[in-house]
Amino acid sequence: MTQSAHCKSLLDSLSEYVDGTLSEELCNEIQRHLSDCQNCSIVVDTLRKTIYLYHAITSEPADVPRDVRERLFHSLKLEDYLQH
Amino acid sequence: MSEKIPPELSLDALKSGNRDEFTRLVDAYSGPMYRMAMKMLGDGQDAEDVLQNTFLNAFKHIRSFEERSSLSTWLYRIAANEALMMIRKRRPETTMTDTSVEGDEGGEYSPLQFVDWCCLPEDELLSVEARRHLDRAIQRLPEKLRIVFILRDLEDLSIEETRQVLDLSQTAVKTRLLRARLNLREQLSSYYSERIGDRIEKK
Repeated sequence: MTQSAHCKSLLDSLSEYVDGTLSEELCNEIQRHLSDCQNCSIVVDTLRKTIYLYHAITSEPADVPRDVRERLFHSLKLEDYLQH
Repeated sequence: MSEKIPPELSLDALKSGNRDEFTRLVDAYSGPMYRMAMKMLGDGQDAEDVLQNTFLNAFKHIRSFEERSSLSTWLYRIAANEALMMIRKRRPETTMTDTSVEGDEGGEYSPLQFVDWCCLPEDELLSVEARRHLDRAIQRLPEKLRIVFILRDLEDLSIEETRQVLDLSQTAVKTRLLRARLNLREQLSSYYSERIGDRIEKK
């Protein structure tokens, strides 16, 4: 395979590679390619970081603002369950 | 999310219309449903409408819930449909980006930016301004990619659960996820490479 064909084949399995769900054999193949392709290496690192940053901004508990919760309970006719 | 029904909830009670139980359901799931709608729509009022419609529909249809999926997957399915309907209502004309998603799903998507911005310090990567940019970048994704990314990477659903919520094949979920992630990587690369530029200038 040419270098660009390696880059293209990496792109196809990129999600599985960063999620760690790829077979060991394919992983090794990708790692060999990454060790001598700087651009692909940057794509993998920055893709990992992209996913990490989005995880980081949603790791806080998902709270519903108090007024939104109150209106939700009213719309569901559950207002008697609202604790004041 | 291995359990279909969380232990603190009784499906029988929900199906018989028990209001105490339904209140517990609302409190257990309104947080994630609201967050999903906010990320999908980027607007508090629209997200609130989606939240209300989600639980109104859940209330109405709980008797037909058949435990083929988990309760949370079932709720995400209602909420995702509500959010997608809201987007269509908000923007009735089909945009170019949206029609193109279907056609080029299997096509190539080559990275264009090769700046390594991983070295930026965490407080800069997650500054208030950067967080706003992260949210804006999601809004720029075509909605079919956006919903897959939000469910899989923000709400942490598995590929299989995402597939169930959206009624897609595993392959379609994986392709859309990859395209969404690569698109966001490009957007973030533009933004953070400017920050690297700013740092070099300051020195």
